[in-house]
Amino acid sequence: MLHALTSIVAQQGSGGYKWMPERASSYAAEVDWAFNFVFWISVFFFALIVILTVVFAIKYRRRPGVEADNSITHNTKLEVFWSVVPLGLVIVIFWFGFSGFVDMRTFPKDAMVVKVHAKMWSWSFEYPNGVESTTLHVPLGQKVKLRMDSSDVLHSFWVPAFRVKQDVVPGRYTYLWFEAIKTGTFRVLCTEYCGTGHSTMLSAVEVQSPEAFKAWMAEESSGKNLSPVERGKKVFSLKGCAGCHTVTKDRKKLVGPGLYGIFGHEVTLAGGKKVLADENYLRESILDPNAKVVNGFPPIMSLIPLKDKELDGVIEYLKSLKD
Amino acid sequence: MTSIPMPEEGTLTTKPVVDETNYLKSAYGIKSWLLTQDHKRIAIMYMIGIGIAFLLGGLFALAVRLELWTPTKTIVEAATYNKLFTLHGAIMTFLVLVPSIPAILGNFVLPMMLGAKDVAFPKLNLLSFYLWLLGAIGFVVVLFAGDLDTGWTFYAPYSIRTQTAVALAATGAFILGFSSILTGLNFMVTIHKMRAKTMGWFRMPLLLWGLYATSVIQIVATPVIGITVGMLFLEKLFHIGFFDPKLGGDPVLFEHFFWFYSHPVVYVMILPAMGVISEIITAMSRKHIFGYTFIAFSSIAIALFGFLVWGHHMFVSGQSSLMSTIFSLLTFSVSIPSAIKVFNWLATMYKGSISLAPPMLFAMGFLFLFGIGGLTGLFLGTLNTDVHLHDTYFIVAHFHYTMMGSALIGLIGGLFFYWPKIFGRMYSHLLGTISFILIFVGFNLTFIPQFLMGSMGMPRRYYNYPPEFQAYHQWSTVGSFVLAAGLFTALWCFIHSLFRGEKAPDNPWGAVTLDWKTSSPPHHHNFDIVPPVTDPYDMDDVYWDEESKGYISRSQQAALQELAAGVSGTQEKNS
Amino acid sequence: MSQAIDSIHGDQGQLSHEPHVAHHFESAEQQYDSAKLGMWVFLVTEILFFSGLFCVYAVYRSLHPEVFLYAHQWLDKGLGALNTVVLIISSFTMAWAVRNAQLGQKKALMINLTLTLVCAGTFMGIKAKEYSQKFEHGTTWGASFHPHDNAFGETHDGGELKKEDMPPNTQLFFSIYFALTGLHGLHVLIGMGLILWLLVRAAKGTFGPEYFTPVDIVGLYWHLVDLIWIFLFPLLYLIH
Repeated sequence: MLHALTSIVAQQGSGGYKWMPERASSYAAEVDWAFNFVFWISVFFFALIVILTVVFAIKYRRRPGVEADNSITHNTKLEVFWSVVPLGLVIVIFWFGFSGFVDMRTFPKDAMVVKVHAKMWSWSFEYPNGVESTTLHVPLGQKVKLRMDSSDVLHSFWVPAFRVKQDVVPGRYTYLWFEAIKTGTFRVLCTEYCGTGHSTMLSAVEVQSPEAFKAWMAEESSGKNLSPVERGKKVFSLKGCAGCHTVTKDRKKLVGPGLYGIFGHEVTLAGGKKVLADENYLRESILDPNAKVVNGFPPIMSLIPLKDKELDGVIEYLKSLKD
Repeated sequence: MTSIPMPEEGTLTTKPVVDETNYLKSAYGIKSWLLTQDHKRIAIMYMIGIGIAFLLGGLFALAVRLELWTPTKTIVEAATYNKLFTLHGAIMTFLVLVPSIPAILGNFVLPMMLGAKDVAFPKLNLLSFYLWLLGAIGFVVVLFAGDLDTGWTFYAPYSIRTQTAVALAATGAFILGFSSILTGLNFMVTIHKMRAKTMGWFRMPLLLWGLYATSVIQIVATPVIGITVGMLFLEKLFHIGFFDPKLGGDPVLFEHFFWFYSHPVVYVMILPAMGVISEIITAMSRKHIFGYTFIAFSSIAIALFGFLVWGHHMFVSGQSSLMSTIFSLLTFSVSIPSAIKVFNWLATMYKGSISLAPPMLFAMGFLFLFGIGGLTGLFLGTLNTDVHLHDTYFIVAHFHYTMMGSALIGLIGGLFFYWPKIFGRMYSHLLGTISFILIFVGFNLTFIPQFLMGSMGMPRRYYNYPPEFQAYHQWSTVGSFVLAAGLFTALWCFIHSLFRGEKAPDNPWGAVTLDWKTSSPPHHHNFDIVPPVTDPYDMDDVYWDEESKGYISRSQQAALQELAAGVSGTQEKNS
Repeated sequence: MSQAIDSIHGDQGQLSHEPHVAHHFESAEQQYDSAKLGMWVFLVTEILFFSGLFCVYAVYRSLHPEVFLYAHQWLDKGLGALNTVVLIISSFTMAWAVRNAQLGQKKALMINLTLTLVCAGTFMGIKAKEYSQKFEHGTTWGASFHPHDNAFGETHDGGELKKEDMPPNTQLFFSIYFALTGLHGLHVLIGMGLILWLLVRAAKGTFGPEYFTPVDIVGLYWHLVDLIWIFLFPLLYLIH
C-alpha cells in the first residue's frame, strides 16, 4: 500500500496538477491549460479559507477574560470587493473554457469521417470504404470526425488521452472530432452507464504513421481471403458477441453461456428440455435468439443481423472452439 | 410517631407522570407519537427514520467500496454491483439528503425560532412524515421486488429497457416528492404568517432564511420531478413513448426534465446546512454575524440562480453548443453567492471568542469541505475541462464533497448543536471530538483519491476498472471505513448522552435566537410567553450563569420580572 | 430559571378561544390567512406539475408540427367546446357557493355545490365518450397506437383523414393527449370528491360568516382545474 501511495504521488503530469493522462490530441494542451488555471485559483482560495479558519480558531480561541469584539457586524465595501473580484475571476475562467470548447465543437471540413456504432457492450468502427474494425485506427496528424449512433441505450465515447467525450444517443447521430498528435494506443471507455457490461465496453484508438495506417487499411479491405473460421472470429468480435459470451476453455459465464466446446454437445434449455447443439441450433440461436434459451440465462439476447457469409463464418468459428 | 402516607385505593400505578413542561413527557404511549401533531415529535420520528435510511444507504456504499478493492470481481457480480450503487444513490438523495435538515432540525426549531407554537399546518406536517415513510417503504420493497440498476438518475432508454423495479421506484420517488412539497409549503406559510409580532423579515435568524429559500425550491422544482417520474412510470407501464426513441421519443428530453429538478434539489440540501452553520459559528464565536443582509440575500440568490443551470449536467449529452455555453455562463453566477457566505463566516470568526466544542469543529470542517466541493465545481462549470471530467470519478468526488461533506456535515454539526435543546442532555465532548476527527480524516481519505483518478481516466459506475487505478481505489476504500467508524462514533456519542448525559441548561451555547429561550427540552407548546424579540445575533443579550452552567437572556429575564411584578401587584391589590 | 415561565399561564393573546380555530393559531384571521396562502402555494405546485406536460407538448409540436396538424383532426371540437362551457359554468357556481358560505346561506350553498358537481360529472361523462371513441378507433398512446380502418375517413367537422397521409410518429400526439387530459381528468375527480365533502359539511351547517375557509380554498382549486382546461382545449383541439 505504501508503494501504491508513492506511485500515486509520483504521477507524471503537466503544469502543476499531475493527475492527467498524456496529451495525445491537438486540443489536449488547451484543456490542460484551462484545468491548471482553475486549479491554481482554487488552490489560492482554498489555502486562504483553511489558513484563516485555523489561524482564527487558534488566535481567537476562547480564553477567560478575553471578550469577542461585537462591534464588527458588516462592511459593505468589503462585501462588494469579495463579490466583484471572484465574479471577475469566474468570468475569465468561463472565457477560457468557452474558447477551448469552441475549438472542440468546430468541425473541420477536411476530416476523415468514421462511423461509430455503439451497442451494449461493444464499439465498432466503420470506415468510408466499408472496412469495419473493433479498434479505431487513425493516421497521425489527420483530422478525424466521428459520426456516432447507438442501437440500444445511451453510451458515451471517451478518450482520456485526447480529452474528448461525447454521448451516443439512440435515435440520432452525435459527432466529435480530433486530431492525434502522437502515435500509440489510447484507451476508449464508455462513460454513460449502460448496464451490466458498462465497464467492459472498452476499445482503443490506434494512432499510426500515415504509411502504417495505409498498410492496415489495405490489409483490412482485402478480408475476402479470410478462411470461414477467421472470418467468423472477426464477425464474432465486431458484432460484440464477446460482450456476453466467453470463448475460453474455462467456459466462464457472463450474461450468456460460455461457448467453448459448445458444438456437438447437449444443452439443457429453460424448462428442462435437452437439445443437441448442432449447426441448426447455432444458426437458430443467432437468428432467433430467444427461441431456445439455455437454462439459467436471461432471454435478453438482441437480434444481430448477419449476412449469410458472416453467419456461416460464425458457425465455423464456434465449431473450432474445441481441443 | 411517623406515619407513612398510604396511597389512595386504586392509585398505586406505574403510569409515568404527564409533564406539559417537557414535550417528551406531555403524553405517553405509541399513539401519542404516531398521531402527534407536535412538530418536535415529528422531527424525532424523522430523525429515527432518516437515520435508518442513512444506515442502509451507507451499508450499500461500503459494499460498493469493498467490491472496488480489486480491479475485477471482489465480492459480487456486475449486475449486483450496479444495483448496489443505484440504491446507495437513490436512498441517499431521495430518502436522506432531501428531507434531512428541514425535516429533522427545521421541524424542531423553525416554529420556536419564530416564536410560534407549531407550524401552520400540523396535520399536514404529520402527513408529510407518513408520505416520507410510505416512499421509504416503497424503496425498501424495491430491494426485494426486482431491485434497481439504472443509477439514481434513471436515464432513458436504459430505464425503460431494464427489467428491474423501475416503476415501483418511480412511485416511491413520487410519494417522497409529495412529502417534500408539503414540508416546503408548511414552512413557507409558517414563516410568512406566524412570526412573532415584532419579528420582521430582517430580524429572523439566518437558518430561517435558509429554510425559506429551500421551501421556494421545494415548491417550484419538486413538481417537475413528480411529472418526470410520472412520465417514466407511464413509459414502463403503458409505453407512452415520450423518451423512447423506438416510439418517436427523445432520451435527452428526459435528461432535461430530470435535471431541471435535480440541480435545484442540491440547493435544497445545502441551503439549510448553510443556515445551520450561521447559527453555530455565531454562538460558538460569541459574535454577531458578519454581513447579515448579504448572507440572507445570497440564500435567495442561490435558490433563484439554481433554477437556471441544469444544463451543466448535459454538456456532452448532445445538446447544442449554444445551450451548453449559456448554461456554463449561468453556472458561474451561482458560485458567487456561495463564496460570499464563506467569506462572511470567516469574518464572523475574526476577533471572536471561539469555543472548539463539537458543533464548532463540524462548522469549521464544513468550511474546509465546502471549500473543496465548491471550488471543484469551477472545473465542472468550465466547458472544455468538463468534457474531459464528466461522468468520471472527479464528478463523484465533487458531489460527495458538496452533498456529504457539506450538507450532511451541516446536519451532524446541527445535531451536535441542537441536541441539548432537543433532548435536554449534554453529551461527551471527547466522543464528539473523536467522531469529528474520524469523519473528517476518513472523508478526505475516501474522496481525494477519487478526484485524482477521475482526471486520470477512471469513469464512474464502473464495476471493473483498469488495474493502474487500484491503489487509488484501495485508499478510498480504507477511507470509507474510517468515515463509517466516525459516523458510528457520533451515533454512540448521541445514544450515550441519552442515558448518561448531564442535564442540559436551557442555553448551553449562548445563542440569542428565540428557540434557545425555551426550556431544554422545550414545553409541549414551546412558549407560554413569547420572549421579547431581539437582534438574533446580539450576543450582549445573554450572559453566562455559573450556577446553571448556561446562558441567560437579559431581555427575557427583564420581561418575566416585569410580568411577575404586574401579577403580584394585582394580587396585592386584591388581597 | 426558565421554569418561571410555566408558573404564568394565561391569555397573552397567544390562544384564541373561538371555535374552529386551531390551538396553535393566535386568531381566526391568522388561520384563514395561512390557509389561503397555503392553497395558493399548492396551486403553484400544481401549475408546475402540469407545465411539465405542456413542455413535452411544446417540444414535440415544434419538432413534429405535421403530426399535430394531422392527428388533432381526430378530436371532436364540438365536444371539447361543450366541455369548456360546462367547466366555466361550474366555476361560476363554485364562486357563487363561496359567496353563499360567506353570507351563511346554507340552502343556496348546497344547491350551488350540487350544481358544480353535476357540471363536473357532465364533463367527465363527455370525456368518457371521447375516450371510448379513441379506443374504438385504435388511436391511443405510444406503443398501443394502431388506427383501425374505421378511424379514417370523414372527421367530426367534415374534413377527411386519409391513411396514406398519416405522418410517422403520429402516436406522439395521442400520448400527449391522453397524458394531459388524463391528468386533468384525475384532478377533476379529486375536485369532485372535495366538493362532495364540502356538501356533507354544509349540510351539517358548518359554514357561515365566521368560518367558510374550506369552501374558499376548494373554490380556488376548482378554478385552477378550470383554467388548465381552458389552456388544454385550444392547444389540443384548435390547431391550425
